[in-house]
Amino acid sequence: MTTVNINSISKDDLPWIIEYESDKCQLCGRCVAACSFGAIKVDVQKRKKVQAISNEEGFQIDEAQKAIPVIRQVIDANNFCRGCGICTKVCPNNAINVTRNRTEIFGTRYRAKTAQSVKRGGRSNLHTEGRTLDKIKVGRISQMTDPSLDATRHTFDLRTNLGRVVSADNLDFDVENGELKEKQNESLPVNTSIYPIMFSDMSIGALSPRMWEAIAIATAYLNEVKNIPIRMATGEGGIPDKLLRSKYLKYMILQIASGHFGWNRIINSMPYMIENPAGILIKIGQGAKPGDGGLLMAEKNVKLIQEIRGVPKADLLSPPNHQGLYSIEESVQKMFLSMNCAFRFKVPVAIKVAASSTSVSVYNNLLRDPYNIVGGFFIDGLQGGTGAAHEISLNHTGHPIVSKLRDCYLAAVHQGKQGQIPIFAGGGVGMNGNLAADTFKMICLGASGVFVGKLILQIAGCVGNDFGKCNGCNTGKCPIGITTQNPKLMQRLDVDRVAENIVNYITATDIELKKLLAPVGNSTLPVGRSDALVCVDKNVAERLNIQYVC
Amino acid sequence: MCRIGSIKSKKYIHPSKVLKLMRSQQKGHDNSGFAFIMQDLGGIFENYKDLPILSMAVTDEGMKYAEDLLHKIGFVRVFQYNLEVCPDSSLKIETMPNYVFEVFQYPKNYKNSSLEEKENLLLDTRLKLRKHLEQNEEGFVYSFYPDVISLKEIGDPNDIGTYFNLWSEEVNLRAKIITAQCRQNTNYDIVRYAAHPFFLQGYTTLTNGENTFYEKNKLMQQKLHRGYIGFESDSQCFLYTLHYVHKILKWPLKYYKHVLTPLSYEEIQKRDNKNVLERIKVSLQNLEINGPNTTIGVLPDGTMFNVIDSKKLRPTVVCKDGDIVVMTSEVTGANEILPTRDISKDIYTNERELVVVDNDLNIQRIAQ
Repeated sequence: MTTVNINSISKDDLPWIIEYESDKCQLCGRCVAACSFGAIKVDVQKRKKVQAISNEEGFQIDEAQKAIPVIRQVIDANNFCRGCGICTKVCPNNAINVTRNRTEIFGTRYRAKTAQSVKRGGRSNLHTEGRTLDKIKVGRISQMTDPSLDATRHTFDLRTNLGRVVSADNLDFDVENGELKEKQNESLPVNTSIYPIMFSDMSIGALSPRMWEAIAIATAYLNEVKNIPIRMATGEGGIPDKLLRSKYLKYMILQIASGHFGWNRIINSMPYMIENPAGILIKIGQGAKPGDGGLLMAEKNVKLIQEIRGVPKADLLSPPNHQGLYSIEESVQKMFLSMNCAFRFKVPVAIKVAASSTSVSVYNNLLRDPYNIVGGFFIDGLQGGTGAAHEISLNHTGHPIVSKLRDCYLAAVHQGKQGQIPIFAGGGVGMNGNLAADTFKMICLGASGVFVGKLILQIAGCVGNDFGKCNGCNTGKCPIGITTQNPKLMQRLDVDRVAENIVNYITATDIELKKLLAPVGNSTLPVGRSDALVCVDKNVAERLNIQYVC
Repeated sequence: MCRIGSIKSKKYIHPSKVLKLMRSQQKGHDNSGFAFIMQDLGGIFENYKDLPILSMAVTDEGMKYAEDLLHKIGFVRVFQYNLEVCPDSSLKIETMPNYVFEVFQYPKNYKNSSLEEKENLLLDTRLKLRKHLEQNEEGFVYSFYPDVISLKEIGDPNDIGTYFNLWSEEVNLRAKIITAQCRQNTNYDIVRYAAHPFFLQGYTTLTNGENTFYEKNKLMQQKLHRGYIGFESDSQCFLYTLHYVHKILKWPLKYYKHVLTPLSYEEIQKRDNKNVLERIKVSLQNLEINGPNTTIGVLPDGTMFNVIDSKKLRPTVVCKDGDIVVMTSEVTGANEILPTRDISKDIYTNERELVVVDNDLNIQRIAQ
């Protein structure tokens, strides 16, 4: 008898337990083939088979040792089951299933065994706060004194502004024959009207090229066919030359993050661009892992990515901050100015920061920028998703987005500059699937718009959730083909279907937004109209300065 | 809902005219107040065109404070008119002890000052006076400006007319422009300051409806100008936006419409002046309204106009007969005082226009 090896990882240490019923299994092998994490394998099981055989003398007991083929869970610190459930999906006989192991010991075992921090993708898996946005209702309904609108028949102007807005007294128009005229040679910052929902910055690299392409196709379709001027942020790492030189560039917001990946290609393409991009987004931080730079594991850094980014095969770790920037003022002078210059002041240049206790001071400072070149303030809350991060960052760092958005908006009100640097908020927006409701509430609290990422992946078929399911985006083994660079796994994603689903979802969201605008009697976006909201939680109501109701 | 009305006339008219204009517009149980502003004054004030007139309703203490304050600043009173009242216990009215219109000479050191400097002095004085009266509950100061008197009171409009003997033309109050409302702020606290018309430095507005973007308007306006205060009514926002657009920014009146109800982004792209319109839309996004509202306004030069929201279409009718133009929210009022007019020429302002009446009573419809 062998000694029990107490210190090895055992099956009941793993985060997900495979439940397998061999009597139902027809041994087709689909589950093993489909499991991208290598978390199950075909094995044999020694079985003692006892049977009674009748003969002329009565009966005889036959005992045989047999090797039965079975499916077995791999017990390994790297190839462990993430609970994605693909095996269940493909099993024709319902012979295999996964269940969450409630012991939650795996992280401890993993660290003890590997001396590594736990990494994964997805969102925070800690649920300590309850969801603020769900405690807020659209409570100011037009009744009698003010007729509600008809969501179906009225026209609505669902556009917001991206770009630095100057105060009216700085517009300095000339009056000629009773008409206002823009002064010649007067250069005011660029403003662009866009849809108040934006596809968040997810890079080619974090996403498979097919997933990224599906979002880009959906973006183009929504703009060109559905008349919904939605914009897509590219994420760090650049985009293909072909897109840079196409007319569709006008729907893309190019990101420059601390690694500056992809910008060599962007700069080289500039002479050939036939359209300006929709914006430039300087990424300082992201809500899912604030204070941490981008992380693309070598497993995902395949040839295509290496080409786009101009890098060798290696882990790509963007620094936590932009090297060479030491202050807000300096960032304005260096990055904002150079980006504005590069695109001849025709493209709004915005900044994305992780929500933090310090966000208001950053925003206050930017509002006072005398050059008027900060075109947008993107704040990302702690419930944002990511392709790869240390779990400790995901679960234990960050700042909720709702109060931070409100604080920033009210700081602008205090300066009398609300709307001058439009605030776009993200990080958990739409995480319960109700993008329209979340968007509307955030707008009423002061956002000019929202950005959304993880939800788009879920629309594409992402099986992960915020209760530990899958979250394997960092591994490059996404079973759906969304966050992988593996050519075989990528093939699982039907680009056209995904694009269609995204278009459908946004179309439905557009209808639902109108269903919220109509009862409060507004045909344009109620940015900062917090009196339209009420809150069933007294503390939240007090914090956000909205009406408490019960 | 507020009923609002205004009369612009080539000849001086008596306030009984607006009482008649508004009486037929009374609706149901809501006869909660009456307020009017007279501009371009005749009658007893005709000889004081350039001198500021203080309009207030105050206690004796308030009156004394006001006189002391103005004296201290250097104003010299040249004429005072106290409204004669006809008390009767059957009248439904909440009264103040004194209703005063006082005409002042500017302080000596303002002899050579510009109009703007004088306007600033008048505004600062009124704000100071208002603050003190409010804190001590000693009264209400409605306007302090040349060629303008204001009166606001709580009660039944008919009774208010009777109390101040305004039904009779014996009282020699006359003006070429009178704006009026026959309601108080019934949906909220009844506060005299909440009654239209609202007045600031020559600009007057009356608005009915619900300003659903009140919060946005207010948060923006209270940082724009020291005179933008009070906000007892969400309709005050319409006055401050008018003052800001026309007086501070010095934009032509037609852009007031572009600020209140900007065109959609899509529509703007089709316009030759799209750059200007887009700038206005984004820079003044917080002054946008989303209805339902109709606003009647008067500019310092006597121009009267009407503009409505672009979605819910609160009605106003503009009627003309001879030397009188009437703008009012219910046509019954116009029928009362202009019964023989050609009703086929009545104008019901649409959602994308501004209707303007100049001092020769030419009516212009300016399409947005």
